[in-house]
Amino acid sequence: MLKIVGYPDRYSVAPGETIAFHISLEEGSSFDARLVRVVNGDSNPAGPGLDLPHFPSPVDGTYPGQPRRADAGSYVRVNPFPALGGSFSFRALIWPTLLARPEQVLATQWDAERQAGFALLIQDGRLTLKLADGGGGTHACHLEARLIDRKWYAISFSLDPAAGTWRLNQRALLEHAGIVDSASKQGGLACQLPSIEAPLVLAGMPAVDGTVGLHFNGKMVAPAFFSGLHAADALEAAALGAVPAILANATIAAYDFSKDIRSVRVSDIGPNRLHGEIVNLPARGMKGPNWTGLHHTWQAAPTEYGAIHFHEDDLYDAGWPADLSWTLPKDAKSGAYALHLKCGETDAEAMRETYIPFFVRPPRAARDRVNRPKVAFLAPTASYMAYANHGEHITVRGVERMMGRLLHFGHQDVYLYEHPELCHSLYDKHADGSGVCYSSRLRPNINCAPRYHSWLGGDGSSLYQYNADTHLFGWLAHHEIEYDIITDEDLHRDGYELIRDYQVILTGSHPEYHSTPMWDAMKAWLDRGGRLMYLGGNGWYWRIAFHDELPGVIEVRRAEDGIRSWEAEPGEYYHSFTGEYGGLWRRCGRAPNSIVGIGFIAQGFDVSSPYLRGPDADDPRASFIFKGVTEDIIGDFGLIGGGAAGIELDCINPLLGSPPNILRLASSIDHSPLMLLVNEEFTATLPNLGGDQNDRVHADLAFVETAAGGAIFATGSIAWCGSLPWNNYDNNVSTITLNTLRRFMSDEPFTPPA
Amino acid sequence: MAYRIDPKTDRQFVEEFRRNPVGRHSPGLMRVLNTLRHDPTGSQIVLFCRKPFAEWQIAHMPADRAEPLVFEDSPVFTDRDEAEWEVFRRRWRAATGQDINLPLRGHGLPLDDDETG
Repeated sequence: MLKIVGYPDRYSVAPGETIAFHISLEEGSSFDARLVRVVNGDSNPAGPGLDLPHFPSPVDGTYPGQPRRADAGSYVRVNPFPALGGSFSFRALIWPTLLARPEQVLATQWDAERQAGFALLIQDGRLTLKLADGGGGTHACHLEARLIDRKWYAISFSLDPAAGTWRLNQRALLEHAGIVDSASKQGGLACQLPSIEAPLVLAGMPAVDGTVGLHFNGKMVAPAFFSGLHAADALEAAALGAVPAILANATIAAYDFSKDIRSVRVSDIGPNRLHGEIVNLPARGMKGPNWTGLHHTWQAAPTEYGAIHFHEDDLYDAGWPADLSWTLPKDAKSGAYALHLKCGETDAEAMRETYIPFFVRPPRAARDRVNRPKVAFLAPTASYMAYANHGEHITVRGVERMMGRLLHFGHQDVYLYEHPELCHSLYDKHADGSGVCYSSRLRPNINCAPRYHSWLGGDGSSLYQYNADTHLFGWLAHHEIEYDIITDEDLHRDGYELIRDYQVILTGSHPEYHSTPMWDAMKAWLDRGGRLMYLGGNGWYWRIAFHDELPGVIEVRRAEDGIRSWEAEPGEYYHSFTGEYGGLWRRCGRAPNSIVGIGFIAQGFDVSSPYLRGPDADDPRASFIFKGVTEDIIGDFGLIGGGAAGIELDCINPLLGSPPNILRLASSIDHSPLMLLVNEEFTATLPNLGGDQNDRVHADLAFVETAAGGAIFATGSIAWCGSLPWNNYDNNVSTITLNTLRRFMSDEPFTPPA
Repeated sequence: MAYRIDPKTDRQFVEEFRRNPVGRHSPGLMRVLNTLRHDPTGSQIVLFCRKPFAEWQIAHMPADRAEPLVFEDSPVFTDRDEAEWEVFRRRWRAATGQDINLPLRGHGLPLDDDETG
């Protein structure tokens, strides 16, 4: 088991800035901390070995620590909210999705210290109203009719303290023969509701320790409070239609979730303007029961998107205090770093150390970016975030079949298993079965670290994403290449200006997720003569969005196509963060082939394959690439699956935008039956999807010059970088990559073919 | 599961797996593995790595994540493929009632009923 975890407050920090670290110590009372450079995070004895040299800094030292937990679960908080005195009514539309949970609070104004207030909840599947007066007096009543998952209900209650009565109501918006799930009931109060000073909370219950629990899983539309007693049908009618004057004049607060969808704000459209905020990013831009299907974006028909989908396992910011920080010197060198934390000796029973990676970027101000290297590595931090705490090996059965071997669990995976409150990656589903569309870096990212060996990486080193990219760091260090590191978030925020002056940009092994600003910046750079070495596979695949107000969080909508571990509901394909159509870039008219020459064709996670040199390798335009390489077989070795072509593959496809002047230098061969054609590549299911039976399943090693004198070198394989360190970096994959990098770094222009 | 393992006709794939637990497999072995690797109870055998590239234990992940992982204290494998072979043999026995009394390394599996228990 892992005994220490943490996260930084940013993945990218500039010279002169401060980066803070938030740490949970699971054993003992103190830990040692130091900074390291990250050269190679792979423990595999078949490779060069771990290389994480100490980087002396003021951070070095021993610090007190303590266990910390994340308070997962999304809700709405309205603070302040007036004390509810006298008679009042509440209504909302709800779509419960996890009624197996015994207690889920829909709405409450609750003083946890005094144990006083009211709570409308679902208890054992029944709509329930509870009151407590803070002096030991309590009242609880419920409807007998059980709610049913994924059905819409109009719910309401009214309280009349003066008369000492209550009324509770639920009506299924869709009736089913023989199913009784609508009900109404009224009776006498067993205690009075005291006047309390406490926030209004929707979809959760405040606890004495300051956390919020008992979260509602499901959608909610139009929650509202009204003074006085009102008939259930009137309350319900006003939820989605015009508000009659009698209700309008009685409105205490009426929340319209279709407003401010891009924001954390929750708008009260009543006269009191008791606006609230969402906490832990419940899903917005969600359709309500009145969705017609005529419009598919909340921008075209906002009133049809008045739902927020709450989950007990949403988490934006773990919110741990900062335990230590590092203020970078003004001359801090750009590169890959990590905070190394240690709380004892690691043995077979426990891992008592961890590495929290971060990148030092070039200075933020353009005027300070002088004498930069010609080369930049674009750290795919958006992809690292997308995969943060990727838990399909825990939550999905059948993954072993895809991996072709037993599921690998390291100490870090055991920790992840035991701490579901750290929440999910964009590949996971919530506990209620809905897809996870937001992922934040403000929480421990267990699988993004040196020394993490993944259940998902290819056989051998089993690295994926961050740690797989350290193979490239090691190779660059071995060849003493000077380079800067910029991250996806930097590119998103700073745009083309950040990369304008670099002659060469290197990608990581799997740069899969790109926002529109990231895409546009890279395309502008390429169209102005940039030289890109795309050293991975399945890049530029998913469109993502960053939030306007919240740093460090991305959104994806698994829309109509592509390899998807979950599917967005119909009508919910548009980002709530930006309003853009989400899903594959390919379905936005920007297939990866149109920016980097090649695009996704197959995936398989067991063993990798070599490339067979193609006829274009001898084209004079490409002769520099194969200088010194006489073999026909390229990359029949490697730390990721034993070959250079593996995990996820890209190939040339002119129909998707691969340029007509692109050279196919080599193509991979001899793939495993588990290397499967991706589903956007067929319209009817084929019997021969595996690489052992389908010639389309292959990677293309490609090169193309651009009209502006730049060029693109594309490997078409996630496993490519895993072959670089083989035989102490002396191999034909390494030679080809180095030949290309040297040529790309030279000032000699590329001359497009005549 | 559509396919049921036939211990007689599928025996050939036992030897194929033993020779190469992880790698390119024939369609016949793929069908056997896809069958064996399915547990309708939702329980999942996983391979816990105690020491990277050195020591592994078999562990059981229950269907309900609220339940703890269960670790087998022994054996501790020092070869990942030995663990693959152990789990394969257990699953084969569960599916066919037959033991495979052969080590991972060594002589092959004869196509003789008497050699399996």
